[in-house]
Amino acid sequence: MNRAPVYEYLLITGIGVAALLIPWLLPNFITQFTFLWVMVVFALTWDLLGGQMGYNSFGNVLFFGIGAYACAVVQRDSGLDYFTALALGLLCAALLSTAVSALLGAGVLGMRGHYFAICTLGLGVAAGEIAGGWEYLGAGSGMVTPQYPGGIGERDLFYYFLSLTITGTGFFTLRRLYQGRFGLAINAIRDDEDKAEAMGLHTTRYKTVAWCVAAFFLALTGGAVGNLIGFIDPRDVAFSGATFGVWMILMAILGGKGTIWGPVLGAAVFHLTQELFWNFLFGWQRVALGALIVLIVVFFPQGILGWVRETWPQRFGQHVDTDRQGGEETR
Amino acid sequence: MTTLLEVQGVSKRFGGIVANEAISLSVPEGGIIGLIGPNGSGKTTLFNAIVGYYPIDAGSIRFEEREITRLRVPQIARLGLLRTFQQTRIYGLMDCVQNMLISTPHSHQGLWHMLAHCPREDRDKAEALLEFAGLYSKRHLLAGDLSFGQQKLLEFAMALMNEPKLLLLDEPTAGINPTLINGIIERLQRVNERLGITLLVIEHNMSVIMNLAQELHCLSRGRLLASGTPEQIRTDQRVIDAYLGVQ
Repeated sequence: MNRAPVYEYLLITGIGVAALLIPWLLPNFITQFTFLWVMVVFALTWDLLGGQMGYNSFGNVLFFGIGAYACAVVQRDSGLDYFTALALGLLCAALLSTAVSALLGAGVLGMRGHYFAICTLGLGVAAGEIAGGWEYLGAGSGMVTPQYPGGIGERDLFYYFLSLTITGTGFFTLRRLYQGRFGLAINAIRDDEDKAEAMGLHTTRYKTVAWCVAAFFLALTGGAVGNLIGFIDPRDVAFSGATFGVWMILMAILGGKGTIWGPVLGAAVFHLTQELFWNFLFGWQRVALGALIVLIVVFFPQGILGWVRETWPQRFGQHVDTDRQGGEETR
Repeated sequence: MTTLLEVQGVSKRFGGIVANEAISLSVPEGGIIGLIGPNGSGKTTLFNAIVGYYPIDAGSIRFEEREITRLRVPQIARLGLLRTFQQTRIYGLMDCVQNMLISTPHSHQGLWHMLAHCPREDRDKAEALLEFAGLYSKRHLLAGDLSFGQQKLLEFAMALMNEPKLLLLDEPTAGINPTLINGIIERLQRVNERLGITLLVIEHNMSVIMNLAQELHCLSRGRLLASGTPEQIRTDQRVIDAYLGVQ
């Protein structure tokens, strides 16, 4: 919509260059950074619905889990060599997940507010239970993904760049969507869905496409993470509502809902604090995390970027009425 | 003049309360038609029934000789039958230009259209209409930060952006500074004459509606009480009784 300011391009270039150099600058932290990119996808895809469209989904982890399992099954059963099987697996994961989101969306996205939130929460929990009881997917003992054909260092590097690619593609796709009519439409749905319908918007179509986009990128991430961890547990990795599922929401809210940079920032801050808690407060890390969540909600309900934006709105290209005339019309 | 909207025998009940009882009226193409009546007489209910917000219990509604009784709200809107709300509804966290850009007609939109950028013409049209509504200097403000009167003007401009054939206005002058009411009347007339948009207007301000409308319909207790020219309605004893509360 509004033309992007110069510093945004500088920021993107800076992050891009840093991202490409990190494996050589900070080789000991490469896995942490791989997970940072994963977290960014989590936050961005959650914000697509929760922030930009006003639909708080508690079950987005469903698509992540579908992606992880679909990719692993293709890798296990296709009989192809490692990289071909992985590519095919990721493709199948993305397509299956998108199809599921389109089918579910037709029904679930008809609900609003709390009803939608509770319904998606149920979907995520149910998926974990189904996967945990399905022999084809290894049931409760989960699935082991194939061994990477190469050294550990090479494997880390490969998955680092795979996650980076997924995150980069996701970021630019969403950024492009938010700049056009799509962004306006889902913002309109967030602000007043009844009005949007009264103006003739194809609300169901917009909502379904939004969910499909989120599902697509979550599934790719799921496929990558399954291989990165090497083991897919139905409740602790694939459909882990209590960790990934909640983190998605936290990161988006921490950074600032409804912006493109908020979730990125939120993911970075969250991931960093989480790693620090694990290192320095081991045994209490979950308690510290819980306390952090409370602090965020109490002091930064709009998130970091939301708070900055409220304080300096002009910096964000937002105009403020300086000559407000108490409802008078100025001609 | 051909008939644009034909309402026949429309009834709507909420439990035991009869909000609309066998109401029939028609709106000719190109006209400005007024809908008046005391509070609670069923005017807004009739609007909601026409645009598909409430499923009606009996009767039929035809727009351009097409049956629209069973269509849903967005489908009816895409046919070119639009309404504004009594309590204004705008997209509060978006600026005025964005509010306008998303209000373009949605009748011919395919999937590709959804994902595209907004074309230059849309932006020019949005700014021209904002200027027409007297909101040009406020165009980059968040719509939610505007005053109530300005939001009302914005909602009106958004409706025009949608290029409707028939526009239902629910109390366009309510809550507006009295000195601006003449500006609103003039704009409604210009929209009707120049853009050829037919108007059906609910209005409580009698001097406004008597000047504006060519034909009036008066509702009372959910029934159509009287129809006619402003002069006929003004002198109709039943209408006077309804407003003064004579049983």
